[in-house]
Amino acid sequence: MATNWTIEGVREAVAAKKVSARELAGEFYKRIEARNPELNAFLTLSPERAYAQAERIDAMAAAGKALPPLAGVPIAIKDVISTRGIRTTCGSKILEKYVPPYDATAVERLEKAGAVILGKTNCDEFAMGSSNENSAYGPVRNPEATDHVPGGSSGGSAAAVAAGLAVAALGTDTGGSIRQPGAFCGVPAMMGSYGRVSRYGLIAFASSLDRIGPFARNVKDIATVLQIISGRDPQDSTSTTAPVPDYRVEIEKPVKGLRIGIPAEYFGAGMDEGVRRKIEAGIELFKKLGCKLLDIHMPHTDYAIATYYIIATAEASSNLARYDGVRYGLRVEGDSLLSMYRKTRGAGFGAEVKRRIMLGTYVLSAGYYDDYYLKGQKVRALIAQDFRDAFTKVDAIVTPTSPVPAFRLGERTSDPLQMYLADIYTVTGSLAGVPGISVPCGKVCGRLPVGLQIFGLAFGEARVLQLAHAFERAGGANL
Amino acid sequence: MKISREDVLRVAELAYLDLSEAEIETYRKQLDDILEYAGKLNELDTRSVEPMAQVLTDDQDADATLREDLVVPCAGAEEVLAQAPDPEPPYFRVPKVIER
Repeated sequence: MATNWTIEGVREAVAAKKVSARELAGEFYKRIEARNPELNAFLTLSPERAYAQAERIDAMAAAGKALPPLAGVPIAIKDVISTRGIRTTCGSKILEKYVPPYDATAVERLEKAGAVILGKTNCDEFAMGSSNENSAYGPVRNPEATDHVPGGSSGGSAAAVAAGLAVAALGTDTGGSIRQPGAFCGVPAMMGSYGRVSRYGLIAFASSLDRIGPFARNVKDIATVLQIISGRDPQDSTSTTAPVPDYRVEIEKPVKGLRIGIPAEYFGAGMDEGVRRKIEAGIELFKKLGCKLLDIHMPHTDYAIATYYIIATAEASSNLARYDGVRYGLRVEGDSLLSMYRKTRGAGFGAEVKRRIMLGTYVLSAGYYDDYYLKGQKVRALIAQDFRDAFTKVDAIVTPTSPVPAFRLGERTSDPLQMYLADIYTVTGSLAGVPGISVPCGKVCGRLPVGLQIFGLAFGEARVLQLAHAFERAGGANL
Repeated sequence: MKISREDVLRVAELAYLDLSEAEIETYRKQLDDILEYAGKLNELDTRSVEPMAQVLTDDQDADATLREDLVVPCAGAEEVLAQAPDPEPPYFRVPKVIER
């Protein structure tokens, strides 16, 4: 059986009855069984649901019916996204036994399009982390270099796709949690604009920043998945009614003459030299493709990490107040209601989650709100303005996804601030709400993938995908 | 030093978090480092900048997103209560709050 399945390949093979969706699901479970003990990419498998769906697809194929776009495609879902009847832990002990009574809209849409949900992928607890080392269920290993982290927080989804344990996966991105693991594991990974994909059923970390998006083997598959999960959902008031273009058609449009901005602020100190050379080669490739390169400035870039960690933790401290041992999840008994709350939360949350709840509570507390939270919101406006200004001059912005390639397991866990600084090139787009993709751009040290990031205008996903597709076809991954 | 031990205890109280002695000192130091770093935002003059709470486009404003208040089916109470640590259908049971 083929090893590098793509969405199109699966659909064609199932339609031509070269393979049944059931056989394919079985093949992927075999691969997971062989590889997961080492990688730890999956936390929960859902074979019952997967086989039931595969059989529905096979029945459609047998009856000669037209197959939906994701017919029989094995997909993995990050464990912060709700799946009806399938345990959803958020990588946390506090939700160790939680089984959601409903599906996230994105999951519902994937399944309606024929996808086969294999199971739930490991991640940093409540999506808080950049290395997947904050999972209560142990770290994920990078399939390209198993002594290195896969990135985070969607490390399990990235690793699953990179290792061929799923054809595509959903992750979530709040400050870089799709793009950075995509870069570290060497697979394309995208967040659409804020509001493009419904967040209904995404267990909240920071509501003004959280987004659901895809990992896949190639940019065309990213376009296919994004297409299906995008669009207005009455269950999420922040999801937009803006029409969803046909991304699979859009990506084929020529990129010649497009203006690409290269912001000087994304090539500063602290950047790995190997990464710098690969990204420079990537920029040269865009030039060869006929794009116009422009040096631009985004002067507030250097303030993005501080802004992000104020706003994201403030929102997290509020969102995570719901874990109180009453309605779902862990309860540790105490001699009063308040002592039950404190003990439950003290025992159920891991170190990073507690740290962020503490930080967020502090910046929102009386006497500090203006100095931190309000200040952060104002600087967020300046960062968003940097993007608006840039897009009056250019069609897209190209940067590294991360200043460094995947680091070693344990290398950065002792200093949270150093870990936060790893998100320096991704948090800007998160704060501004614009779409961004990471595409593979060669490897350093012969094995560690480098990711090139492309930002576009809000709701300009088509342009981002078009450039990423052209870059990939021109050999960007092998630079 | 911006953050004292008392600050950590006050914040833990607000957030309903039981912390161990070791955690109190670790978080004091780490929050101190992070807030020290966050202080760099004061380099920027933001007196004339409107705070940005949310990324919203025109069609995401309240008029466009408010819907009619209709009754629609949702997950059954039984299924929801089944996730509770101590359910007493149709209620969630909690430790005694009021002494009488």
